[in-house]
Amino acid sequence: MSKAKLTIEHISKSFSEKKGGKVTHALQDFNLDVGPGEFVAIVGPSGCGKTTLLKIVAGLEIAGEGAVYLDNKKVTVPGPERGLVFQDFALFPWRDVTGNVVFGPELLKVPAAERVKIAEHYIQLVGLSGNEHKYPAELSGGMKQRVAIARALANNPEVLLMDEPFGSLDSQTRSQMQKELLYIWQEKRKAVLFVTHSVEEAVYLSNRIVMLSAGPGTIKQVYTVGLSYPRSRSDHGFISLREKITACISEECR
Amino acid sequence: MWGNTIISLWRVLVGFAIAAVSGILLGIAIGWWRTARDLLEPVIEILRPIPPLAWIPLAMLWFGLGFTPAVFLIWLGAFFPILLNTVLGMESTPKKLVEVAKTLGASSSQVLFKVGVPSAAPSIMAGLRIGIGIGWMCLVAAELTGSNSGLGYMIMYYYSTMEAAKTVAGMLMIGIVGFLMFSALKKVEDKLLFWRVQP
Repeated sequence: MSKAKLTIEHISKSFSEKKGGKVTHALQDFNLDVGPGEFVAIVGPSGCGKTTLLKIVAGLEIAGEGAVYLDNKKVTVPGPERGLVFQDFALFPWRDVTGNVVFGPELLKVPAAERVKIAEHYIQLVGLSGNEHKYPAELSGGMKQRVAIARALANNPEVLLMDEPFGSLDSQTRSQMQKELLYIWQEKRKAVLFVTHSVEEAVYLSNRIVMLSAGPGTIKQVYTVGLSYPRSRSDHGFISLREKITACISEECR
Repeated sequence: MWGNTIISLWRVLVGFAIAAVSGILLGIAIGWWRTARDLLEPVIEILRPIPPLAWIPLAMLWFGLGFTPAVFLIWLGAFFPILLNTVLGMESTPKKLVEVAKTLGASSSQVLFKVGVPSAAPSIMAGLRIGIGIGWMCLVAAELTGSNSGLGYMIMYYYSTMEAAKTVAGMLMIGIVGFLMFSALKKVEDKLLFWRVQP
């Protein structure tokens, strides 16, 4: 029995094209343990299977081989204990901020009075108080992503899966959101699996960084980030680690 | 004239209501489940190109004159646009929203009713608007030939008595009522789909 919150064991996944039968290996023999409350970032070149991995953990895709365990229990279908945040928010446009946040509790038949409390709590946590009744069409990108994060948290998941959540935000909003995510993470102590393109983001946020190599996606390197929070981007240790990982990625791209 | 207007309006409302219910329900099924689509689509694709007006003789043979054939024709006219738009709306439910709902714990019926149907709502409403327009036209056509009451019958009657002014009055009434129904539906649509409105 492992003590890990989330265990990803020998995952392989390949896609075959319908015509021609050409097979693409997205992931090959991927193994990873995420401890309770641990923040793990996954970086790597485009097309190395990062998103596929996250979808398999979420249960939205089925692994060709291997399995995913949550608290040592095998998971195969999507479930509320694994919250997912997409890059493009995926808010329900017909629901206001509150409606989006309570979507999960509503599905799980949480009583209405309690839902109101949950909504209040998480909307405040992501700094959106006063916007409860706005619709997604009225929100900026950063606000939408806050709603998406609040929505994922409102189900009180064991693990938060984030697929380049800040990828479509401008750099200012992005660094603001990173700070807030750290605050939320420290507040809630969830295990986080965070996919990103940005090495800097990974170094800023995570306890461990898993670097994938492309085609097929395998783990190339794992870095433990020993820096204490809050981290400074101009700190010597920060810069040298960032450079080290960036160099490793560009080597991969060559 | 008022009597005939009421008669026509009642017919169109009944026919439209039946078309809305049947079109939306079937459309949801066809747009959501592969099996329903494979079973029903061939039948629909053969029936659809037949203009509603081509059904008038059969409608009269089956239902005689008056209320029922008119309602039948309105249903025919309104049904297909409602059905096709509902199918289109259901099919274009964003995959991301379905996935996000699943990760939040949605069962398959919850995905259908809490994601599929609301996301198809704008398309369904568009279908209803087109449907009521076509339904109204079919009603008038049905009354011209297969009826002895209603606005269509009225203009035909004044044609036979050579009263052009009254014929025109009837035509105007058809236009006005059609316009009113259309705008009422548009009001409902704006109310239901306010979330689409950009700031």
